[in-house]
Amino acid sequence: MNRIMKPLKPVGIIGYGAYVPAYRLSAKEISRVWRNGQDRNYLPIKQKSVPGPDEDTITMSIEASKNALLRAEIDADRIRAVWVGSESHPYTVKPSGTVLAQVLGIYPDTVAGDLEFACKAGTEAMQAAIGFVGSGMAEYALALGTDTAQGRPGDALEYTAAAGGAAFILGPAEQAAAVLEGSYSFVTDTPDFFRRAYQHYPEHGNRFTGDLAYFLHIRSAVNTLMEELNLQPNDFDAVVFHQPNVKFPRKKAEDLGFTTDQLKDGLLVDYVGNTYAGSSVLGFTAVLDKARPGDRILLASFGSGAGSDAFSFVIHDKITEIQSKAPQTMQYVRREKQIDYASYARWRKKIRMQ
Amino acid sequence: MDIPRYWRLRNQRYRLEGSRCKECGSICFPPRFLCPHCKSAEMEPYELKGRGKIYSYTIIHQAPDIFDKNVPYTVALIDLEEGARITAQLTDIDPDDVSIGMPVEMVIRKIYEDGENGPIQYGYKFRPILFTDAGS
Repeated sequence: MNRIMKPLKPVGIIGYGAYVPAYRLSAKEISRVWRNGQDRNYLPIKQKSVPGPDEDTITMSIEASKNALLRAEIDADRIRAVWVGSESHPYTVKPSGTVLAQVLGIYPDTVAGDLEFACKAGTEAMQAAIGFVGSGMAEYALALGTDTAQGRPGDALEYTAAAGGAAFILGPAEQAAAVLEGSYSFVTDTPDFFRRAYQHYPEHGNRFTGDLAYFLHIRSAVNTLMEELNLQPNDFDAVVFHQPNVKFPRKKAEDLGFTTDQLKDGLLVDYVGNTYAGSSVLGFTAVLDKARPGDRILLASFGSGAGSDAFSFVIHDKITEIQSKAPQTMQYVRREKQIDYASYARWRKKIRMQ
Repeated sequence: MDIPRYWRLRNQRYRLEGSRCKECGSICFPPRFLCPHCKSAEMEPYELKGRGKIYSYTIIHQAPDIFDKNVPYTVALIDLEEGARITAQLTDIDPDDVSIGMPVEMVIRKIYEDGENGPIQYGYKFRPILFTDAGS
C-alpha cells in the first residue's frame, strides 16, 4: 500500500489568510478567579484570545478568507468548494460555508460544508480541498480551520481555549506560493476529548490526552510522512504542530529531532492560546509570512478523537509577491486588548440567566 | 422570526451591494430603483468597497430589546469613499475613542441572534482601519 497521499495533479496554496480577535484574557486572571492565584507558576500559557461579543466562527472565517483572497488575487466565483473546519459552528444545522459563500461572492456554483474533527478539522478541510483540486473537479477550493473554543469555567482547559483561525485557497501548483509534496493522515478511535450533543462544554480524559493521544498520533503521522518522502528533520526549515499549550509542541519537536529554531516562528500559543481547529493552521500562516523560496515546511495537526494530518510544503517564488498583500498573522497577534474575567464571562455567555 | 427580510437583504448586509446610476454615475446605498440625482431608472447593482470616514456618531445607552445587552455602543454615519452615506454600528472600539473624521472599514459581524431558536443575523459593522501598513 502506498501510504503517502499525493493528488493526481500537483496542488499548492494560492492564497492564505489569518484572523485573531483583538481581546486577550491572561492566564493569571483566570487563576486569580478560580485558584486564588496559587497555580500561577504552572500556567500553560501567558494569555488567550477571546472573541468580541459580535464574533463567532463565521465572522472570523470571513475575515481570514478575505485575507486569503487578497493574496490569491483570483475572482471569488472561481472557487468551487467552501469547507469550514470547526468545533464551534454557530448553527448545529445550517452550514457555516453557506454564509461564507454568499458573503465572499463564491455562490452559487460551489459546494459548501462544515467539517468537525476537534482540533484537526482545519487540516481535514485542507485534505479535502487538495483532493478536490488535485482530481480536477475544481480549479480552486477554500479550506478553513476556525474556532471559538469552549472552556468550562474553572476547568484546566479554560486557561487555553481561545479563538482564531486561518483560510487557505488551494489551486494548481504552477500558480502556488507553497506546493504540496505529500500528506499523510493517521486516525484511531481514542476517546481523549469529546462533547456530547446539547452539552455546552467538552470533557477530557485528563492524563490520557498526552501520550496515547497527542504524542502518539503526531509522531505516527510525521514519521510516516518523512519516511515515505525520504526526508529527515533537518530537511525542513520550519515545523508547525498543533499547540494546545507551550509544553506539548516543544516536547514533540524534541522527540522527533527538530530544533527550537525550526519551531519558533509558528509557535503562537503563548500569545493567543489554543485556537483548536485554527491552532496549527494559524501557526502555519505565521511561518508562511516569513518563508523564503526553496523553504520546506512541515505542518502536523492533532485532533482529539483522535487523528493527525501531516503535510510537507515547498515554498515557491510567488511567496514573496503575496506576503504583503494582506495583514500578516503577527499583526493580528500583536493587536491585543486585555479584558478581565467578568467581561469574558459576560461576552462568552458563561453566566446563564435562565 | 424575520426570515424573508433577512433573506432579501443579504447581499446588502453581507457585501454592501448598493446601486449605481448608469446615466449620472451616482452611487446609492441602500440600492434604489430611481436615481435621486437625475431621476433615471437605469440603475445597476454596485458593490461598495467598505472604506470611509465618520461623518457623525451617537452613543446608544437606551437600546431596542435585541441590542439591550450591548449598551453602550456607537452608531455612526459614515461617508464611504465612493460617495454614499451609510448608518452602521461601530465595533472593536470604546465609545470614548470615537471621533469625527476617523477612517473606518467594514467588517461582517453578528448583528443579533433572533432568540434561542431563530436565525443568527450577520451584517456590516465598521471598525477603525486596522492595519494601514498591511504586510509590514
